[in-house]
Amino acid sequence: MYRSLADAIRDAEARGTTLSAVALEAEAKDQGRPIAEIRDALRRALVVMRGAVERGLVGDLRSASELVGGDAAKMRTGPAGPLAGTPFRDVLARALAVQEVNAAMGVIVAAPTAGGAGVLPAVLTGLAAAQGIDDDKVIDALATAGLIGAVVAERASLSGAEGGCQAETGAAAGMAAGAAVEMLGGSPRQVGHATALAQQGTLGLVCDPLGGLVELPCVFRNATGAAIAMAAIEMAMAGIEFAIPADEVIDTMGEIGASMDVRYRETAGGGLAATPTGRRLARERLYELKRSGG
Amino acid sequence: MVSLLDIIGPVMVGPSSSHTAGACRLGLLARCLVGGTPERATVELHGSFARTGEGHGTDKAIVGGLMGFRPDDERLRTALEIMEREGLTYQFEKTSLGDDAHPNTVRITLERGDRRSQMVGASLGAGRVLVTEIDGYPVEVSGNLHTIVLVAHDVKGSVARIAGILADANVNIATLKLSRKERGGDAFMVIEVDEQPDESVRDAIRELSWVAWAFRLDKVSA
Repeated sequence: MYRSLADAIRDAEARGTTLSAVALEAEAKDQGRPIAEIRDALRRALVVMRGAVERGLVGDLRSASELVGGDAAKMRTGPAGPLAGTPFRDVLARALAVQEVNAAMGVIVAAPTAGGAGVLPAVLTGLAAAQGIDDDKVIDALATAGLIGAVVAERASLSGAEGGCQAETGAAAGMAAGAAVEMLGGSPRQVGHATALAQQGTLGLVCDPLGGLVELPCVFRNATGAAIAMAAIEMAMAGIEFAIPADEVIDTMGEIGASMDVRYRETAGGGLAATPTGRRLARERLYELKRSGG
Repeated sequence: MVSLLDIIGPVMVGPSSSHTAGACRLGLLARCLVGGTPERATVELHGSFARTGEGHGTDKAIVGGLMGFRPDDERLRTALEIMEREGLTYQFEKTSLGDDAHPNTVRITLERGDRRSQMVGASLGAGRVLVTEIDGYPVEVSGNLHTIVLVAHDVKGSVARIAGILADANVNIATLKLSRKERGGDAFMVIEVDEQPDESVRDAIRELSWVAWAFRLDKVSA
């Protein structure tokens, strides 16, 4: 697989093809498997992603700690805000939905991780539904997302414990932005700019789960991650170019992550987890769990 | 090398690849040591597994793995109830396995029929796991492929004999790691293979007079 988005973009441009095409070819070569088999696996992932979106939007799920649940349904049917009736609002609802399913021990696709699993399905299935895009294109977009994630994994990190939430929800936003731009007909170059624009918007994002649980703020950060991806998609499709190449933005993310205090890397020792309310909620809910036997 | 399907995957029960997918895989590996679902188990959780495991359903995921459920099986959510219904006696304890242990480490002690075994393993993130100890012996098993682990007295031709048994069973060796403490001392082999060897392969290896101990662990990755 590529460890530079610039290399992948150059290859795709030289051959007049898409990033998903070069990514699928590289993967097939690495794994010694036919491209069709890899696309089948991505198709199965898409089925699970859609299942999680639908399951979460029902609104009856609660996590064991009851810290989160029910907000995806509220986002879909609650009182009208300025985004009422737009695909944007639908994307936000979908991101919350997948992450609520995750918190309630439902089945999701870790993409790139479980904690950031809401962003990619929300953006891709939400925009595909709004614009009537067929599944083959969504599956190609998943391959592009995988390529971007692989570059982040090689150059920086996809783990909140190593790089903060910029490495989970942030990487997910970069993946979703780039993948959606390809799905919407953008060029490989525009995919690169969308990735850079999304990733620059999440630099420094700390990982601060209350009580160490993948619930709060994780569920809501997936919605804001999707929103950042949507902004990046809109900017890149409008022809905006970000001056710093995606690879360098990703390198920067890795560097910031490595220098982040350990409190801000999934230890529940800093950020929102360390607020008086954060500590109280974690204490009460984890204690309740123990008393009720889980 | 990072794979596309590592990034878009695994399909798993939430909420955490370390705490549920990885924990489930450790349970799946542990059950191999007693050849099926253990009747009794003690699960000792260390570090972050002990601290936030309950909230993450780590206990459910390990129990589900011990019962043979895969990381994407929705029954993981109700694994503790299923365990009780099946009459299995599993107990949980919090422990410290030392400062050197990975934050998500578990020690599982199992009984099934006349078989009894103990495993220490860690969940490394993104669902990846590493078994670090079996019955007190240090090992390194990732569960990415079917694996045979054995301890043998360091005799000449031991590798050839074992390779022969595998070849006869039509099992292809993917990787082979050898180590020993001293010349003529115990030799340690971790053999990753492409095909799932059946129990007879393990039994044939165990019958060799110079083999002290051998286990067969299933592939548990997606």
